[in-house]
Amino acid sequence: MATTDADASTDVDEAEPRDERREHLLSEFQRELGNAVVDSHIRAGSTLWIRVTRDAWKDAAIAAKEQLGFRFFDFLSAIDWLPSPFGRDMDSQEDVIASALENGDAGHGPDPEESASMTTGYAGGDTRFQLLARVYDTRNAQGVLFKADLPDDDLRAESWSSVYHGADWHERETWEMFGIVFENRSSLDHIYLPTLFEGHPLRKDFPLLARRVKPWPGIVDVEPMPGTDDEGDGEGEGDAE
Amino acid sequence: MTVVTDRDKLAYIAAQAADARVNVELESDGMTLNLGPQHPATHGTLRIVARLDGEQIISAEPICGYMHRGYEKLSEVRTYPQVTTLINRIDWLGSFANEVPFILAAEQLMEVEAPPRAQWIRTILFEMSRIANITLFLGDLGIQLGGLTAGFYAFRDREFVLNQIEAATGGRFHPNFDRIGGLKDDLPKGWIDETHRAMDRIRAFCDEIETLLITNEIYEARTRGIGVIPAEIAQSYGLSGANLRASGVDWDLRRDDCAPGLVYDQVDWKVWTHTDGDAFARSWVRMQETREATKIVDQLLDTIPSGPVMAKVPRIIKVPEGEAYVATENPLGEMGYYVVSKGDLVPFRVKIRSASFNNISVVPWVVRGVYVPDLITILASLYFILGDIDR
Repeated sequence: MATTDADASTDVDEAEPRDERREHLLSEFQRELGNAVVDSHIRAGSTLWIRVTRDAWKDAAIAAKEQLGFRFFDFLSAIDWLPSPFGRDMDSQEDVIASALENGDAGHGPDPEESASMTTGYAGGDTRFQLLARVYDTRNAQGVLFKADLPDDDLRAESWSSVYHGADWHERETWEMFGIVFENRSSLDHIYLPTLFEGHPLRKDFPLLARRVKPWPGIVDVEPMPGTDDEGDGEGEGDAE
Repeated sequence: MTVVTDRDKLAYIAAQAADARVNVELESDGMTLNLGPQHPATHGTLRIVARLDGEQIISAEPICGYMHRGYEKLSEVRTYPQVTTLINRIDWLGSFANEVPFILAAEQLMEVEAPPRAQWIRTILFEMSRIANITLFLGDLGIQLGGLTAGFYAFRDREFVLNQIEAATGGRFHPNFDRIGGLKDDLPKGWIDETHRAMDRIRAFCDEIETLLITNEIYEARTRGIGVIPAEIAQSYGLSGANLRASGVDWDLRRDDCAPGLVYDQVDWKVWTHTDGDAFARSWVRMQETREATKIVDQLLDTIPSGPVMAKVPRIIKVPEGEAYVATENPLGEMGYYVVSKGDLVPFRVKIRSASFNNISVVPWVVRGVYVPDLITILASLYFILGDIDR
């Protein structure tokens, strides 16, 4: 019933426990939304992911609330699937040590091969930005996670705020953090950041300046630091593209 | 098509009408009242800009972000064990409860399970965080409404719980005690008896608060019928915890959708709801919840199994690729972490779903037409922690 690209084969092999309740729920969503359901994933006994097309983003919310009784709005956000263009030195310094220990070399700096490929998570995805939202049915104690791909050159989606009140603030947050524009709602104002703030901090290509200008203090404890000789100002070098 | 649009339309018309009335009758634009960012009623830096028509509020908009610390971004450059240090500071009155859902999400991805003893102690400390948090809420409510005594009692009796948390974890406010696969340490000697005594103190405190505050005539007059939130609106805004249960929605993640790793199914307790949905109902539900929490702690202390408190996990924790969302019923409501892992030592993305952010987003809806002193009552009864809004 649920066809997940990567997991379909492994499901059979490992004979994972089936979750009939969530499979039933998925079939109900497929009935309501038809072809708009692109992909799905079920973790037995825990979570159901449904990826819908961008055009059906609002329809999914309406179907969930009006038809299937998901009246509780949980959260709305997004995921930026771009691998960090700043490579490993944006991560914790411990990361460098660990990979060095494993590979037997100083595995610091961005790995071109790794940063070139962009992988997406459950229920798949083809684009860099993916919307993520969860609604809940308090009567039957089950939730559903929605995802929707957004094309890179057109980061727009229909607003949920006329369906779920609570989506208003979450959309403002998603807009300022990822630069995703929601349409047919009241104006998108900053919610956390100052009005004149430039950039979208939760995008992967937005540098975390505190970490750029000062190395992680944790490295003081570690004596032989592999790769301290090149503190790497030229961060753009091994990037994708 | 939707319920929401009609309600919004009516509210818009009402606001326009009020505006017109103010402009015609008084030849003015009404008054703008700015509460905060520093204001005793907001216990933190929440600013509220309210437009007034006389003493009535036409519209009010909470302005948050004065304490935004960017935990979602910072989590992306910290290893999994390091993240708990950060998220401790989200809801700082019930810190241990913040750690648990994140650790459970990581455990779910790693397919690790904490040993039974660790699960027991986790649940005990989780409930003690709730008690420490809500005790202060009950006292704070008194302070907001002009009854300072309740506040002093709350600070006094919360100390018994904090002392126990400190004895077990080493931290009064930021335990940082939960680990992937278990707990940092076992309980110290004599802790169980001492905690039983602390629970007795808290039950006595609840009785005290009930006679002093909740059943007080003035208190009832100030809170009954104030800030009524219907169940439909509460769910649509994503209100959770006691705020939702006070609106008559019988839903508690501990009972209905308990994440594996907490042992609420092992104890006998009750979820309290109230049908009124007003400020009084919210405080009453919280008081009852504190009583239930002491019961849970007492029962768990008596049945705590022996054994190790830590499962076998690698020294350097690498979480396999995958995504997980785990939410628990925290003192303030539903707190969840959506963790995306790419198989690294650091999470790829952490979405923090904190309770207060949703809980406070209902303020513009609920304060339309109320009087200024009631705004304070409503804010106090919704009960938010600034760190939980701004993250």
